[in-house]
Formats: sequence, structure tokens, C-alpha cells
Amino acid sequence: MRATFPHMGNLHISLKAMLQHLGVEVVTPPSCSKKTLNLGVKYGPEFACLPMKLNLGNFLEAYEMGADTVIMAGGCGPCRFGYYAQIEHAILKDIGCNMELIVLEPPSRYIFELTGKIKQITGNKPLWQVIQAICYGYQKARALDEVEIAAFKSRPREMAAGLTDAACRKALKLIDRAISWREIVEARKIAGKTMAGIPVDKDRAVLKVGIVGEIYTLLEPFTNLNLETRLGYLGVEVDRSIYLSEWVNDHLFMGLIKGLRSRKEASIAAHPYLRHFVGGHGQETIGNAINYARAGYDGIIQVFPFTCMPEIVAETILPVVSADFGIPVMTLIVDEHTGEAGVMTRLEAFVDLLARKKEMKEAL
Amino acid sequence: MKGYLGIDVGSVSTNIVFLDEGGIIRESIYLRTQGRPIATVQKGLGKLKDRLPSNIKVRGAGATGSGRNLAGIVVGADAVKNEITAHAVAASILVPGVQTILEIGGQDSKIIVLRNGVVSDFAMNTVCAAGTGSFLDQQAARLNIAIEKFGEIALQSEAVVRIAGRCAVFAESDMVHKQQMGCSLPDILAGLCEALVRNYLNNVGKGKDILAPVVFQGGVAANAGMVRAFEKALGLSVLVPPYFDVMGAVGAALLAREAVARKGPSSFKGFGVSEACFKTGSFECAGCANLCEVVEIAEDGKVIARWGDRCGKWLNSVHREEKIS
Repeated sequence: MRATFPHMGNLHISLKAMLQHLGVEVVTPPSCSKKTLNLGVKYGPEFACLPMKLNLGNFLEAYEMGADTVIMAGGCGPCRFGYYAQIEHAILKDIGCNMELIVLEPPSRYIFELTGKIKQITGNKPLWQVIQAICYGYQKARALDEVEIAAFKSRPREMAAGLTDAACRKALKLIDRAISWREIVEARKIAGKTMAGIPVDKDRAVLKVGIVGEIYTLLEPFTNLNLETRLGYLGVEVDRSIYLSEWVNDHLFMGLIKGLRSRKEASIAAHPYLRHFVGGHGQETIGNAINYARAGYDGIIQVFPFTCMPEIVAETILPVVSADFGIPVMTLIVDEHTGEAGVMTRLEAFVDLLARKKEMKEAL
Repeated sequence: MKGYLGIDVGSVSTNIVFLDEGGIIRESIYLRTQGRPIATVQKGLGKLKDRLPSNIKVRGAGATGSGRNLAGIVVGADAVKNEITAHAVAASILVPGVQTILEIGGQDSKIIVLRNGVVSDFAMNTVCAAGTGSFLDQQAARLNIAIEKFGEIALQSEAVVRIAGRCAVFAESDMVHKQQMGCSLPDILAGLCEALVRNYLNNVGKGKDILAPVVFQGGVAANAGMVRAFEKALGLSVLVPPYFDVMGAVGAALLAREAVARKGPSSFKGFGVSEACFKTGSFECAGCANLCEVVEIAEDGKVIARWGDRCGKWLNSVHREEKIS
């Protein structure tokens, strides 16, 4: 079996570690690029959202590289993502790419449902090895998230442009290379040191912006045109409402690991405005926006793919949250466009707005 | 005479203004960009130079609009700012106390909400181009009427026809249907104006608190039919400032004045750039899988800027060359 999977930010690093530990041959598709997008748009249904088209593009590029099995996440709930795995499989078949499909679905009750699915991939590997592999993958996901969080903090404060990006690339490579438990722990430590070693101006005044919205477009920088990096260069410290490791803990481990931010907190915070699950991360978007406002952030940016229903629900509620908490909110809808000028215009204007508002507040 | 230069390079038009030191608009030029932003900026600068007295001194230059980076590099701008900030700055100075700015340009439309003279919220159309100037342009061309006459004809309407406004494509087929049914041209045009206003308020103005005074600017504000449709939908009087079509450029000039006051002498290259030879090109960087499209601009054979890469390899390469020399 030569397994592949869709890209979603740094997901490939931790998934690869997990699968390789189980002796599965992995074909990592090339990073999302215009080629990926073109393939996905060509073969995907027009009305589907951007994540699906990119998934499809990833699979096709991996197929060219010799992959024969697709590992894809599934899901339940009223977001179309839940059936993308099946649709994508059918499309691949239609265009003559015969690939096996294994859908990893969030367990509805026990983590063993998930390990059972993983066993399907690994054959007769003992359960302890499967669990160990998951731990490897998770440990890497944590390490990757720590690097990103550190980068969010240092980018707006770095002494020279590009220092953070360079350190980031180095740290990610380090984590990617680690194969044993000891190496992963070691890599996590060195990566942390690398990030902490970036020369920064600690006294520089920066704005703080919380980013909320749909998970795929939050995690995959290709879709949001490197939103977080751009904001960093505009002198903004960002925080993202969803990190890979938190999502894994919430959805796959059923919150087994304590001390991480969970979707439950966000749902509770959303209550005065939205008391129901509306699919995807719609409710969390509202809750996270409120939590950011309470934490003293200067602004909030919501990102989602064009036609994303759960986020459209959230979008219509956000102006009320914005008015109640006095925090500016901007919505960024992403689709096939790769032109950066439009995004830059909006980001710049939003940052100007936040800066002016902060100045006024401090002057009072 | 001393003053400030403001350049707004938009998708459809390129506007250049010259403000004197008191912030009074001395000269304004409105040109069609026609897909050639650099040549248009050069042409505009040449024209401006001819119109201004010979003792002119440019104390600062600002660029805005979707082509602001390009224009900024070409003329050596002191301030390169997005059009939202530029429009807000211009309106708040030319129309004191303004609380809402409706702006419809060629390819985009935006709403800017100001409170106490400061932008408090804004929105810009994202994926839909319905309700922008280009669509009106296209329909005027299809009906064989000059775009300048559009508003005038729409105002003659007596019974406005309802046109579907959610999508430009469907709006067009709806218009065709109404026209084949025998509705009069003024009624259809007025209907189109109302449809665009509905679309704008539902998409761009969604959830925004539109308070008077309301200012309507951008090229489409020239269309009296649109002004009336806005007034009807909002139940407020809508003000079209005298320089509505060059407000972005005015804002850029004002921002340049601010920037120069902060950082010192202007980096404006002078009106000579209108004769320089600029060449642009792009290539796909094969350095990694991102395959970034890198744009390169050369002035008289020397590369003066590159951008478009994600990693900064090309972007920084120009700065490095500068430092060495």
C-alpha cells in the first residue's frame, strides 16, 4: 500500500510520522499550489467549496507519484465535508484513477472505533503499536503548533524581516525528521529554542487579532493567502482559534488530554448568541470571537470558503457580537482567487482601523 | 506653487490629483487605465505637468488603488496605502462629520462606516462583481447608450421595472426579458439601478449601521439614477461630493502630506518618470512547490522591484542589490 492524504497546513508532518511508524509507505502530495487548484477545479463539482477541490487536487498529484490509497477524514453533522471522502473517491474512479479509500471518522463514542479504522490501514499490527503511532503523530502535532504559536508572537516583533520565517522553516524540518520518541521530544525542545532565539524587539507595540472561522481555510495557508504571515508583517500578533493538536484532541481523542483549549468552552461562550450546533465550526466561531474580545484582543478576522453554510450563519451573527463587545470584525471569504492585492487591501485597511482605534483609546 | 500629488490606480480608471499646501485641489485628471497601469500613470503625470505652472514643487506623493504598489514604485511615492483608508481620509476632510461612505468603483464596491471622524467598520465585495461599475458599463454598451447618459435616462423613468439583482448574469437575462416584453428603456435602467442598490445593501452593506450624512463616491456616483435609487432605498439624502470620482487620489495626497511630515523629504522621482522606459514581466519561480508568480519591474533596464514570492527570496533580492551599490 502506498498511502496518501490531503494537505491541511502542517498536518502532513504528523500524519506521515504516524503512518511510517506503522510501516505504511507514505506518498506526501506536493504542497497545495496553483496546479493542485487547477486539477481540483477541473474535476470537482463547481458548487463544492474550496477545501474539496484542493483535496481532490492533492489526491491526483499523489496518484501521479504512485499513491494507491487515499486516507481521508470524514465527519458527521450538517457540513458537506462529511461526504467529501466518498464524493472524491467516486470522482477519482470516474477519471480512471483507481485508488482505495479509507475514511477516518471521528469516533462517535470510543477511541477504539478510531483504532479499529487505523488497523484497517496497518493490517495485523498490535494495538499498542497503533496507539504508540497515534502518540507519535500527536506529539509532532503539538510540537508543530508550538512553533506556529511562537512564530505568531515573534513575527510582528522581529528585528529584521524574515527572521521568523527562516527559524520556522528550520524548526519544522527538525520536527519532520525526528523518527523515534526520543528524537521527537528532542526536536520539540530544539525547535522551541530556535523559535525563542529569534531576535525581537520586546517593547514594540503590536496589535492583537484573533482569527476564527472554518478549520481548513484557517489551517491551510494556501487557501487564505498566508493571512497569518501577512498580518505578522503588518505588525499584528495573531492567534488562531483552532490548532491541529487541539482539533485532534477534541475530535479524535474525545478530549482525553486535559489542559488544552477545547471546543466546549467556545460553545458555552457562544450561548447568548447561538445555542445550537449549526454544522462545521459555526458555533465555535461565535464563541471564539467572544473569548477573544474578553481577552482584550483588538480585532477579529473570520475566514471561510465561499458557500460555507455554518460560517455564513456565524457571519450574520458576528456584527451583533462586534457591537456588544466593541470589537471590530472583518470577514474574509476565500475561493479560487490567488490574487493577493484584494486580500492585502482589506488587511491593511483593517489594521489601519484597529491602529486608529487603539490610538484614540490610549489618548483618552 | 508647492503641493502634494495623489495617484489612484484602479481597475478601470487612474486618477491623479494635485493638492496645494492648504489641501485645496488644484488639478485633477481622470484617465481610463485600459489594462496598462504604468503607461497610464506616466501619461497622467505628463498631462499634469503641462497643466500646472512651471514653478511647481512636489512636497510629497501618495499612491492608492489596486495598482498602488506599481504606481508607488514608478513615481517614488511617500505613502502607499489601501483605497479604503484613502477614501475615508478624503471624505472626512472634504465632508466634515461624514458617518457613512458608499463607494462604487469599476471592479469593487465598499462601504466605510466612520464615527467621530475615524473608520469604525468597513466592508468590500468579495466574490461577486454584480453591483459594480463594470456591470453598468457593460449594460450601457449592450443597450448602445453612452455611460454618461445612463443616469439621465434612468431619471426619466415613470414606472420602475423590477430587475433581479443578485447576480450580474441573471440581472442581464432579466433585463432582456423585460425589454422583450416591451418595457421602456428608462424604466429598465431605473430598475437596474434599484437592483444594484439592493444587491449592494444586501451584500456589502449587510449588518452595517448606515447613518447620515451619507456620502456616495467613486466613478458610479456620476450616475444620477444610482444616487436616486440609494436615496429611495435608504430614506436618507445622499451627498455626492464635487470630486467624487477622484476621492481615492485626494486621500492618497493627504496621506502623503502626513507621511512627509513624519519622515522628512519626499522620495518623489519627479515628473521625468513620464519619459522613462518601464518594463514589467513575470515569471514562475521554480525554487519550490509553491510556484510563485514573481513580478519584475525595470526602469531603463535596471530592475527596481520584484514581488509576488512567498518566501521573500526575490523581494529581498532587489533590496540587497541596493544596499551593495
